[in-house]
Amino acid sequence: MKNARLIARLDIKGPNLIKGIHLEGLRVVGDPHQFALKYYDAGIDEIIYLDIVASLYQRNKLSDIIEKTVQDVFIPITVGGGLRTIDDIKHVLRCGADKVAINTAATKRPELIQEVAKKFGSQCIVLSIEAKRNGPDKWEVYTDNGREHTGLDVIEWAKYGASLGAGEILLTSIDKEGTRKGFDIELVTQVTTAVSIPVIASGGMGSIEDLISVIETSKVDAVAMADVLHYNRLSIQEIRKAAESRGFCRPRISLQKTQYDEKNYHS
Amino acid sequence: MTKKITIVDYGLGNMLSIGLAVKHCGADAVFSNSPAEIKNASYLILPGVGAFSAGMAQLNSLGIVDSLLEYAEMERPFLGICLGMQMLLESSNEFGHNAGLGIIPGKVEIIPTINNNHDFHKIPHIGWNNLILSSDKNTWSGTLLQNIGVGSSVYFLHSYLTILKNEKHCLANCDYNGIKIPAVLRRGLLYGCQFHPEKSGKVGLKIIHEFLKL
Repeated sequence: MKNARLIARLDIKGPNLIKGIHLEGLRVVGDPHQFALKYYDAGIDEIIYLDIVASLYQRNKLSDIIEKTVQDVFIPITVGGGLRTIDDIKHVLRCGADKVAINTAATKRPELIQEVAKKFGSQCIVLSIEAKRNGPDKWEVYTDNGREHTGLDVIEWAKYGASLGAGEILLTSIDKEGTRKGFDIELVTQVTTAVSIPVIASGGMGSIEDLISVIETSKVDAVAMADVLHYNRLSIQEIRKAAESRGFCRPRISLQKTQYDEKNYHS
Repeated sequence: MTKKITIVDYGLGNMLSIGLAVKHCGADAVFSNSPAEIKNASYLILPGVGAFSAGMAQLNSLGIVDSLLEYAEMERPFLGICLGMQMLLESSNEFGHNAGLGIIPGKVEIIPTINNNHDFHKIPHIGWNNLILSSDKNTWSGTLLQNIGVGSSVYFLHSYLTILKNEKHCLANCDYNGIKIPAVLRRGLLYGCQFHPEKSGKVGLKIIHEFLKL
């Protein structure tokens, strides 16, 4: 039985939640912490924060946002953007992140994947791949939000990353990202077939049908959603209901015996 | 008086989130790697994210293994989380053979990638899964899970599972594609959670709250 995770992806620039198209043309949406809290309360499975300009300027300002979020959002948080060294990674983990997403630094020095896996465990490292189609059934790995070529083939890179110890792959289709025209299902199918680690499909979700078709057609393990949530086009409840009714997600059961009210914590 | 919970800080893992969850449940969280503080704690949490070998190496180099063992013998509330639970066992084969704390008899091995029906599944086991009774005869009353409904969803993130020598140490399981994974271990007031209560929303906070009442 499938048990796909529903993930809210929040792209960050400076202090703001932003959204672009094809990872460009960025608009400010709001305060990332407030959005993360709203999604947590509505029952999202995980949060991903990606500082999408960090690697351009080689800096990382996500710490403040992570520290604020973990005060009241008690679900897994993955953080990426500009993480280059073991020390960078240690720092965001100490701020409260559970997993790190690495893209540029891994393409430049793949051994980093191995080092992180060895030190923090494979479950801690998400290989973030920005994929752009460059031919029939062919995609190239990009970095820096679709700005830089790497010459790497997506499928080969995914396999290599998994062999080095990556625990998951966040697979973003640059072609589909922000278009609301559905996931690049061929890309997702090829990557999920090539590797035996979980894959998160990202980029293109515009409707419930998009979600259903990517989970139905491929062996995808999780789906990342951004503007469909940020702009209230769909609610997490209706997305989950649709996925559960088709057997794509196990129901999230919360305390069926004793309904627990947060007010009671201090009694 | 506000309860003080000591969280073992050994340089690996998401201690902050556990501290915040403890605080959210109305107790004080203190991070420590001092052998004396660990031994004299009244509530102890051993967190864990990362590799078994790295975790044990850290505990050894900080010289806190004996304190953890002494604490465990004193029948005070002890909660190991994820790797912190796995290290309670005798050994693991993650990155070679490694000795654990040996508080609960058994070993840690990689999750089989194929179930009895030869269906393949992915590793790590990531995501929300439901807590089930470890056997028909088992009951959660009088334990950490006494106010948790059977079937409640909690968040797992791991590649290894525990193989217990004695089934009585298993309080709850989860089912991952037909593979039974021990989810909650128990030996007296010592508990281990394979999942992350600090990342399991309201169910997880409730479990931490129950721990504070032990």
